[in-house]
Amino acid sequence: MKRRVDVSRHTLSVLVENKPGVLARVSALFSRRGFNIDSLAVGPTEHSDVSRMTIVVNVEDLPLEQVTKQLNKLVNVLKVVELESESAIQRELLLVKVKADQAIRTQVLEIVQVFRAKVVDVATDAVTIEVTGTADKLDAFIRVLEPYGIRELVQSGVVAVGRGARSITDRTLRSVERTA
Amino acid sequence: MTVAERVTGAQAMVRALEELDAQVVFGIPGGAILPAYDPLFDSKRLRHILVRHEQGAGHAATGYAQATGRVGVCMATSGPGATNLVTPIADAYMDSVPLVAITGQVPSSAIGTDAFQEADICGITMPITKHNFLVQNPGEIGRTLAEAFHIAATGRPGPVLVDIPKDLLQAQTEFSWPVELNLPGYRPAAKPHGKQVREAARLMVEAKRPVLYVGGGVLKARAAAELRRLAEVSGIPVVTTLMARGAFPDSHPQHMGMPGMHGTVSAVAALQRSDLLIALGARFDDRVTGKLSTFAPGAAVVHADIDPAEISKNRLADVPIVGDVREVIADLVVALEAEHEAGRKGDYAAWWKQCNGWKKTYPLGYDEHEDGTLVPQYVIDRLGKIAGSDTVIVAGVGQHQMWASQFISYENPYTWINSGGLGTMGFAVPAAMGAKVGRPDALVWAVDGDGCFQMTNQELTTCAIEGIPIKVAVINNGSLGMVRQWQTLFYEGRYSNTDLKAGRSQYLPDFVMLAEAMGCVGLRCESAADVDATIEKAMAVNDAPVVVDFVVGKDAMVWPMVAAGTSNDDIKIARETAPDFDYEMGEVVDETEGGRE
Repeated sequence: MKRRVDVSRHTLSVLVENKPGVLARVSALFSRRGFNIDSLAVGPTEHSDVSRMTIVVNVEDLPLEQVTKQLNKLVNVLKVVELESESAIQRELLLVKVKADQAIRTQVLEIVQVFRAKVVDVATDAVTIEVTGTADKLDAFIRVLEPYGIRELVQSGVVAVGRGARSITDRTLRSVERTA
Repeated sequence: MTVAERVTGAQAMVRALEELDAQVVFGIPGGAILPAYDPLFDSKRLRHILVRHEQGAGHAATGYAQATGRVGVCMATSGPGATNLVTPIADAYMDSVPLVAITGQVPSSAIGTDAFQEADICGITMPITKHNFLVQNPGEIGRTLAEAFHIAATGRPGPVLVDIPKDLLQAQTEFSWPVELNLPGYRPAAKPHGKQVREAARLMVEAKRPVLYVGGGVLKARAAAELRRLAEVSGIPVVTTLMARGAFPDSHPQHMGMPGMHGTVSAVAALQRSDLLIALGARFDDRVTGKLSTFAPGAAVVHADIDPAEISKNRLADVPIVGDVREVIADLVVALEAEHEAGRKGDYAAWWKQCNGWKKTYPLGYDEHEDGTLVPQYVIDRLGKIAGSDTVIVAGVGQHQMWASQFISYENPYTWINSGGLGTMGFAVPAAMGAKVGRPDALVWAVDGDGCFQMTNQELTTCAIEGIPIKVAVINNGSLGMVRQWQTLFYEGRYSNTDLKAGRSQYLPDFVMLAEAMGCVGLRCESAADVDATIEKAMAVNDAPVVVDFVVGKDAMVWPMVAAGTSNDDIKIARETAPDFDYEMGEVVDETEGGRE
């Protein structure tokens, strides 16, 4: 569970047509061309014909140019935007099941409060906690909980959106609506 | 306003192919595609050619496309029919050939159940197609085919597969034409950027040692005439890659030959010593660059390509130009003429002395065999001269392919068809068949090896039945010649599994009898004295395919050669014999500047 913030991590927002097989096309492209994916999250957008993928890739600048060019060549890809970390909000979701019997439950709940996390399930000897945040925050959270005994952990990929009023979907959606 | 007609999905498919002016379909029927063959039977506007193996259908469609510039169409049933198309699809992908492959699929309800003859052909071909479609409802068949043709033929061309479940072909639907394409994510490159073009022209007149590095994209863009104009206006030396042979006349004084692993010394040396490469529709393939880090080390790079992903993929471009290379070249001519009018003209006199020195000192050549066996290069040389420069030459893959690229003079575009990127053995016979169908008035010669020929020769039966009189020169050295050459050079002459006769009769199989069994005329030639007469005899046959078995010696090697993974600077012109790039330059410098420092 070690993670570094390094210069070769890039966050790409990829708008794609919501069609069968698109996720396979994108992931096949990455594996075939030998690009490393750190995380990939996909979900709907405000337009039902368009899905949005957030892909974190681990490549240097020049290969990154190849990644975006190759992605743009996929017929179902509508738009590829790199979101710079300083000008974008990036979030991951973590669900973690921690040992917490009577003796230590209070300590665990304190940690939950400090991280503005949320207990979503309680059993006699364990609690399940939900927390969102940046990769750094989730790393820190996991580190603090580790001594109590993590029984299960599941994490989403990064989702990201640019700061400010501008939208990367506006123009793309218009072109999709025109042709649909 | 068009009126929609009630039709079956199969009828919609056939109607769409007619409207798209597909003209010819190479294929084989089978269970899942069977509904499509019923209306195809009645079509007046589509000719279906029944091949003997789906691989033949795919390569034939490629040969047709490469010879005509039109979209080639092949068709197969689900499962094994579709998977037999995988090799030609991969081949077309590597060589950017506009190909549409139509496959039947098991009925929608059976998809995913491991039904009889089910294969996930969309999944399988995802990395080797420009795009593929699994049609979801019968009403989309016409539009999907139109989209497939559009994607295959525009931008950087490439193969597109359309997979149609059987129940969709049988279903009732409506057909109307024309259709509106729905491809919001597909935007092939627009016009080249004027500023970049002017910058390229400026570099061209300032350069001292420029080279026009011409790739297959120039042929795809049908830009041979524009290229010639650019070459002549600029006065810059030209090299044409394996995929670009014929894009610029071999006899033109500015032509330096083919670069690459088996290129001419003059072409390789010109690239290595260049200070400016103008790459036009070329992709810096490893077979051209040799060891990339030592390729053309002193050259700045102008790289024009319609596919932005090719630019700076292998070699960083100093001036990238994205656009149709025909427009790029036309714009470059205008920009260059503007430079000339402003009094800025390139001075390449010293460079030309050097280039012409390489050309003169290191021409292509070959030796007689000590054992007196027929020399394959001689056969190919004579074939080129007797057949003439309007003949379409289609090669397989291996030594014979390299010799055919070296010793035949290509004067016209689209007279050379081969499998460059994928290097598909067995390409020649079916591709020649497709080329002949596309250009029935042209003389089409396949130059094949005996290894290649044994992979796909069954399409000669197709040629005989369908009246497609191609000619095939089998350069029969009884071995997998190129692999054998590598074993000679890099494996101490240990000929593991490259001898196709394995000590048995020299005529196993007997290609003359094999040809005749397939309804072709079979001829054999075993001595130099008979080469011309045999070729002329083959040329005299016009009503049937002809196969000539040229029995040649097995020790001939392809030279020059840049060994895989080594630098172009280490090119050899014969075993352990390297040319001296500086030899002529030294003389030139001596004459003009009174000696080197």
